[in-house]
Amino acid sequence: MALECTAKFSTTLSSLMRVENARIDDVVVAKVARLARLDLTPDELARMTEQLSGMLEHFRDIDKLDLADVAPMPQPLPLKNVFREDVVVPSLDRDEVLANAPAAEDKRFRVPPTIGFTE
Amino acid sequence: MSNATSAPTNAAALPEGWEMVVGLEVHVELDTATKLFSGSPNRFGDDPNTHIDPVTLGLPGALPVLNRKAVELAIRLGLALNCTVQSCTFHRKNYFYPDLPKAYQISQYDQPLNVDGFLMLPGDVRIGVERAHLEEDTGKSTHFGGSSGRIHGSDYSLVDFNRAGVPLVEIVSRPDIRTSDQARQYVNELRSILVAIGASDAKMEEGSMRVDVNVSVRRPGEPFGTRCEIKNVNSVRAVGRAIDYEARRQIQEIESGGTIRQETRHWDDAEGRTHTLRAKEDADDYRYFLEPDLVLLDPDREWVESIRTSLPVLPAARRAALAALVGIDKESEAAYVLVERGQDDYVAEVVRAGGEAGRAVVYVQQAFAEEGAKPRVPAADISALTVLERDGKVTATQAKTILAEIVLNGGGDAATIAKDKGFEALDTSAVESMVDAAIAAQPDAWAKYCNGEEKAMGALVGAVMKTSQGKADGKVVTAILQARRSK
Amino acid sequence: MSFPTVAQLARDIREGKVTASAVLEEHLKRVDERESEIHAFNLVTAENARAAAVEVDRAVQAGKPLGPLAGVPIALKDNMCTRGIETTCSSKILEGWKPPYDATVVTKLREAGAVIVGKTNLDEFAMGSSTENSAFGPTRNPLDTSRVPGGSSGGSAAAVAAGFAAASLGSDTGGSIRQPAALCGLVGVKPTYGVVSRYGLVAFASSLDQIGPFTHTVEDAALVMESIAGHDPMDSTSLLQPAPSLLSVLDQGVQGMRIGRVVDMPEGSEPDVLERLDAAFAALKERGAAIVDVKLPSLQFGLTAYYLVAPAEASSNLARYDGVRYGMRVDAPDLNAMYAATRSQGFGAEVKRRIMLGTYALSAGYYDAYYGKALKVRRLIADDFAKAYQSCDVVLTPTSPSVAFPFGDKTADPLAMYLCDVFTIPTNLAGHAAMSVPFGTGAHSLPVGVQVLAPALGEATMFRVAAELERAR
Ligand SMILES: [Mg+2]
Ligand SMILES: [Zn+2]
Repeated sequence: MALECTAKFSTTLSSLMRVENARIDDVVVAKVARLARLDLTPDELARMTEQLSGMLEHFRDIDKLDLADVAPMPQPLPLKNVFREDVVVPSLDRDEVLANAPAAEDKRFRVPPTIGFTE
Repeated sequence: MSNATSAPTNAAALPEGWEMVVGLEVHVELDTATKLFSGSPNRFGDDPNTHIDPVTLGLPGALPVLNRKAVELAIRLGLALNCTVQSCTFHRKNYFYPDLPKAYQISQYDQPLNVDGFLMLPGDVRIGVERAHLEEDTGKSTHFGGSSGRIHGSDYSLVDFNRAGVPLVEIVSRPDIRTSDQARQYVNELRSILVAIGASDAKMEEGSMRVDVNVSVRRPGEPFGTRCEIKNVNSVRAVGRAIDYEARRQIQEIESGGTIRQETRHWDDAEGRTHTLRAKEDADDYRYFLEPDLVLLDPDREWVESIRTSLPVLPAARRAALAALVGIDKESEAAYVLVERGQDDYVAEVVRAGGEAGRAVVYVQQAFAEEGAKPRVPAADISALTVLERDGKVTATQAKTILAEIVLNGGGDAATIAKDKGFEALDTSAVESMVDAAIAAQPDAWAKYCNGEEKAMGALVGAVMKTSQGKADGKVVTAILQARRSK
Repeated sequence: MSFPTVAQLARDIREGKVTASAVLEEHLKRVDERESEIHAFNLVTAENARAAAVEVDRAVQAGKPLGPLAGVPIALKDNMCTRGIETTCSSKILEGWKPPYDATVVTKLREAGAVIVGKTNLDEFAMGSSTENSAFGPTRNPLDTSRVPGGSSGGSAAAVAAGFAAASLGSDTGGSIRQPAALCGLVGVKPTYGVVSRYGLVAFASSLDQIGPFTHTVEDAALVMESIAGHDPMDSTSLLQPAPSLLSVLDQGVQGMRIGRVVDMPEGSEPDVLERLDAAFAALKERGAAIVDVKLPSLQFGLTAYYLVAPAEASSNLARYDGVRYGMRVDAPDLNAMYAATRSQGFGAEVKRRIMLGTYALSAGYYDAYYGKALKVRRLIADDFAKAYQSCDVVLTPTSPSVAFPFGDKTADPLAMYLCDVFTIPTNLAGHAAMSVPFGTGAHSLPVGVQVLAPALGEATMFRVAAELERAR
C-alpha cells in the first residue's frame, strides 16, 4: 500500500499529458463498469461511452486554468479533531437488521459463493 | 491453476550470491472498548452480529465519528516505535467485498498518523518503520459447502459484522529485513512492545495481530527485485517458514530463466508452501480519495507529549537494565524471557535483597514460567537460597530441590528446608581429598583429561559425586580438577 | 391558492383555535384530492401522523409545554431515514428498506412537535433537477401539471406548493432545494455546510449535501431552520455553533447593507428571469441597500468542478448498495454476478451515469486530470467568493436560469439538465449558505426565484435580505 501511494502521487508531467490526450473509449468505459460492478448491455455501453465523452469534453473547460499553485479543496470547512469518547452504545437489534437483508441464515448475512473472486 | 513449485528441502541459508529483501505489514487490533468510528463493542468471540450499529453496517445515512481512545493508543504505539506523530487525514479505499459493509475501508493514505520510526533487533540491527496508520477492520466471512470451508469452490458464505469497524493500526516496515530470523525477531519485539504499552493483546492465534510479508530477492548490491506479498501467515514460526520458502522459490524461478510477477500469495502452513492468490491488476484500483465524512486529525503537541510521558519503560530498555544489573548479555534468552514475563523487576528485587544475581536469573527463569510479573514467592526467600548456594552451604542439585519446595509452598526459608532435608555441602578440603582419590582410581581418565579431552572429566566428577552421595558441589569438583590440571 | 403558514398554524394550535388533528385532516384532504395527479409522495404516513397530532392535542389540553412546530404537518424527502418507515431514495435498489434508526433532523422535528405526513418523491438518490429520474414516476408541478417541479427535491416542493404539508425538508447538493423552490414559488434554504446534521440523510455527495426547508414564507423558513439546525455529535462535519437565531432578524431591514451584483455572470438565463433579478436589486436599493458590483470569474467553472466532485463521492457512497445487507438483490450464481445484476437492475440510468463518471474521475491515471483538478477549481471558487464578500454582505443571482419547464424537455441531454444548476452549484462547492425567494413571475406566469447568497454562517444576513425581498414582492 505504501508503494502504491507513492506511485499515485508522483504523477509526472508526462503521465498527465498522456491522460489529457486520452479519449474515453468503450474499452475504458467497460473497465470502469467492471470497477463499479455494473453490467452494461452493448447498447448501454455505446450510449454511456458517447455521453461520458461528451461530458468530459465539456469538462475540459478547466484545462485552461492555471492550477499549479492552487491547493485542492476536498471539504468546505477546515474543521479538525472531532472525536467521540470510547463509550459503548446499545447495538441494533439483530432480528430487525436481518429482517432487512435479502438473505440471512444462522444469525448472519448470506451471500453467493465467491467463485473466481479475490480474497 | 496452482503455481506452487516443489518445496525446497534444504531450509538452511539461501544459495550463494543471493539475498532476500523482506518488509512486513502488521495489522494490530487496538484494545479499545468500542469501534473506531462508532459505539458498538470491540469484543472478540461473541454471538454473530450482536455488535452492530448503523455505522458498522454501513447503513445509508450513517456517519463515522473518530474514537479518541483509538487515536491515543495509535499515538502510543507510534511513539513506542520512535515515529513522528503528525497531522493526518483519512481516505476511502474503495473495493467490493461482502465483509466490507460500505464497499470502502476508511484508512489513512498519503498523510498517516505515525511516520519514520524504527525498531531495534539483536545485534543492533535497525529496521525502519515507514508508517503506522489507523484504519478499520472488516467483518468475517465463513465459507460453506464445496471443499471443506475453503473460499474456492464453496457454495455460499455467511457474514458476521462484529469485527467490522474494530480499530486497527497497520505498521509498515521498510524493506530492511534480510533474514527470516530477523523477521521473526521483528514480530516478537513488536508484540512485546504492544503488550507493554497496553495498545493490544497482539494474539496472532485470535487474529488481533496479523502479519503480511513482502518478499523479494536480489544479488547483493543490485536494485530490489519484484516483490510478492504473502497473506495468511498465522504464527511467528510461519513467518519464518513462509519467508524462507518464498525466497527460495523466487531464486529457483529466476535461476531457471523465469521472472517474478508481482502478486499476492497465500501461505499454506500444512503444505509448507505459498500459492498464487491473485495477480496485481485492475481490481486493485482502489480509487483512494479523502473521506469527506471525517475531518483533519491534528494531535496537539501537549496531548502527544502527555502520551509520551505516560509510556512505560519499553522491553528493550528493560532487557538492558536487567542485563546490566545481573551481568548477562542483554540479548541473551534469559533477558528476553524474563522481560517478556515482566519478571525483571522481581529479579531485581531478589538482587536488592542481597541475592546472588546469576543464580537469581536462573532460578526465576526456571521456576516461574507459569507465573506472571509478580510471583507469589517472596523475593527474600529466593535471595536467601542463592546466598546459601553461593556460600557452598548446599550444592546446586540440593538448591534445585529446595527451590522446588519453596515454589510449591509459595515461599519458605531455604536454610530451614536444607536442614530438614539433611542437606549440607561438604567442605572444600573433604571434596579435595575425594577428587584426589578419584584421580588415583582412574589414571587413564586423568591422563586423557590432562591431554585436553574435556569429556574425560565426566568420569572423575561422577566418581566424586558417588563417593559423596551427591553432597559434593559439582561446580566445586570441576574447579578443583581444573586447578589440579593447570598445576 | 393560498395555504396557512407554519407560523399561523403553530400559533392557532398553541392558542387552541384549532386542533392539530383538524389541521392534519385538512392537509390529508388536499392529498386525497390532488396526490394522484401530483405524485408528491412515495409514502403518506397518515396513521402515524394522526397519532402524532392526537398527542399534540393532548399536550395542548393538558397545558404542557409545546415545541415551536407543534402540530404542524411537515413532509420529508424520502432520503432521510425514518425508523421502521420505508426510505427508498426513489430507487428500486432500496425499495422496502425500513431503517432501524431515525435521522437527526427527524428526531429534531419530532422534538419540535411537528407532525410528519409522509416521504416525498425525488430524483433517484437526489440526482437530477426535475424529479423525472424517480424510479416511481415523476412529480408534477402543482402550479402547472404539464411541467416539472424542479429537482431533486421535487416531491418536497410540490407537497408544500399543493398544500399537502405546511413545510417540508429537502436536501441540497447542487441546488436541489433552491431550484425546485424557485420553480414552485416557494422559499427554499440551503444552510451553511455543517449547520444542519447530515446523520441519517442518505448520502449523495458527502462534502456538498445539506438539509434545508421548503416553506411559503421567509418567516416559516426561519422557524423550521431554528428547529433543525445545531451541533450533532453524530456528524463529524457538524459545526459547533448552536442553531442560528433567525426569527429575530427578519424585521431588521436592509438599510446600509451591501448587495453584490455579479458582473461576469454565466449567460443563458431567460429574459424574464433577468428582469425579475433587476427588479429585486431595485427594490433593495429603494429600501436603503447599496448595490455593489462584484466579480466571480471562476463561477463559470463551477459546473465542471461539481460534476466531477459530486459523482466521484457518489460513486463511493453508492457502492454499499450491493444486495448483501439491505434493499434489493438479484440472485446470481456467484458474488460478482450478484453485485453487478443487483446494481444494474436496481439503479436508474442517471445514477449509473454518475457512478460511471465518478468512478472514472477517481480511477488510477485519471484522478489528477479530473477529480484532483476539480478540487482545485473548487478552491478558486471559494477564493472568489471570499474576495467578493470583502465588498458586499450578500450576492443576488437568479436561482434557476428558467421557469418550470415541460416534462421531457431536458431528459435527452444530460448536460442540458446539469445547466439548470449553474447558479446554485457554487454555494455547495464553497460550503456557504443560500436561499431562493419567490419574486414575481416570468414566462407563462410561472414563478421566478431570486437567490440570496451569503458566506459561511451568514444565515442571519441572508434571512434579513430575503425577508425584505418578500415584503417588496
Ligand atoms: Mg496493506
Ligand atoms: Zn491495512
